[in-house]
Amino acid sequence: MTKEKPSLTADKTPSIYPAKTKMQVTLIFFVIIGIYLFSMYWTQREMVGGIGGALGNMYVVIEKFFPPNFAVLPAIWEPMAQTIQMAILATTVSAILTVPLALLSAQNVTTFKPLYYLTRTFLNILRTIPDLVLAVLFVGLFGIGLFPGILALIVFSLGILAKLISETIESVDMNPMEAMRASGGNTLQVIWYALVPQVAPQFASLVLYVFEINIRASVVLGLVGAGGIGLILNQQLGFYNYPNAMAIIILIFVVVIVIEFISNKIREALL
Amino acid sequence: MIEFKDVSLVYPNGTQGLKNINVKINDGEFVVIVGLSGAGKSTFIRSINRLVTPTSGSLLIDNEDILSYHGKNLRKLRTKTGMIFQNYNLVKRSNVLKNVLAGRLGHTGTLRSILNLYKKEDIGLAYESLKRVNIEEKLYNRADELSGGQQQRVSIARVLTQQPNYILADEPVASLDPPTSHQVMTYLKKINKEDNITTIVNLHFIDMAMEYADRIIGMRAGEVVFDGPVSEVSEQTFEEIYGRSIREDDLRGGANKS
Repeated sequence: MTKEKPSLTADKTPSIYPAKTKMQVTLIFFVIIGIYLFSMYWTQREMVGGIGGALGNMYVVIEKFFPPNFAVLPAIWEPMAQTIQMAILATTVSAILTVPLALLSAQNVTTFKPLYYLTRTFLNILRTIPDLVLAVLFVGLFGIGLFPGILALIVFSLGILAKLISETIESVDMNPMEAMRASGGNTLQVIWYALVPQVAPQFASLVLYVFEINIRASVVLGLVGAGGIGLILNQQLGFYNYPNAMAIIILIFVVVIVIEFISNKIREALL
Repeated sequence: MIEFKDVSLVYPNGTQGLKNINVKINDGEFVVIVGLSGAGKSTFIRSINRLVTPTSGSLLIDNEDILSYHGKNLRKLRTKTGMIFQNYNLVKRSNVLKNVLAGRLGHTGTLRSILNLYKKEDIGLAYESLKRVNIEEKLYNRADELSGGQQQRVSIARVLTQQPNYILADEPVASLDPPTSHQVMTYLKKINKEDNITTIVNLHFIDMAMEYADRIIGMRAGEVVFDGPVSEVSEQTFEEIYGRSIREDDLRGGANKS
């Protein structure tokens, strides 16, 4: 009786992946492990100091930075507010500029290929420029202050935002757009009625996300002279006034956490 | 009146969608197009409102060749041909009224429609249309809260709001269950009779075609292989159209309700 049953011996049941895939995955696994081992060996050979020195330095740093001098807080509120204003202004402007760019770089809306490739390429170039380079460039053009910082943030966030939103647009359900076209709507009406309701929540969420990025970026931009709290932080570090610098760092930390918390809550509610 | 004169369509990838179609559809007719999937039913129907463009021949609607239309002409043509889709094609995140008002897009200026400044009559018309398909109580529900049959009724209301001369329905019941399918077809038939709107419906269910059509056009491989009133149609006619014997899944069933 038992012999009559279909026997499920090891060589008869198929494995989940074909043998060839298994071989490939195993090979790739070992190649990657090899790369890791090699780079570990290489960096160790080139490294001077190592971890041992860092522990000793840590003590020096802590001694210099602590206790933070919170007495400077009233004086640094204003540059902190400037940093936030920079981020708000830059995010707003880039959110507006994004709309046409995102539409033109979405394959399902811009069916005219050359225009699509042109905007795509433009946005790709925009994204390859690091924000710090932009800031240095604009500070060179307009002098030290908030304006070059805002410009740098606009260009920087435009690149990210337009790319993310054009991808959202490309993933949208095309059927309602066909229906609007079939009922005699023109391009603008089709976009407004069938596309906008589908991307609006994602749009708001991505704008908030870029706002978070902009807050952090605007601090760093201050270091190269683009205004805001970063500029003050850089000055204090330059004067070797570490307790003041530490107070500024803690303030930035708290503000960033609070803003990200609020923004996350809003985004959760949106999606 | 819709007149296909030697219309052919070859898709860019070389597929022949339509092959020398010669068909004349008179005002007020209820025509059902039958055929297997891939027979060219959709291409036929979408040629009429130029969602696809035939590559040769001429297609006359109200004695004007629409194949040369573009821009404003084309939008005007689409304004007078309403379309119903298999997947309802509603904007899921918008409410029912807004979806139905979209039927007025072709009649409304761009700025007015973007600012939601519809004429009072238009909003009234949209509400009337919802009433005609008995779904007016869902006015402010989001479209994705409705069942399939309800969504298809909303899309019928959208077409009614458009006040078209022609209604094109591309497999309107393929995603619905038998009772809902009959309900949707009954509404389409009623509108056809009451408003005298020429209606062209794609179906692949034989029993539904027989029940609702005035006239049946059979298609196979992009060609019209049968064209005649329902009274001339028998099971053998369908076997000829389909090129095989009739099977269980060619029937929708559930027609016992009235």
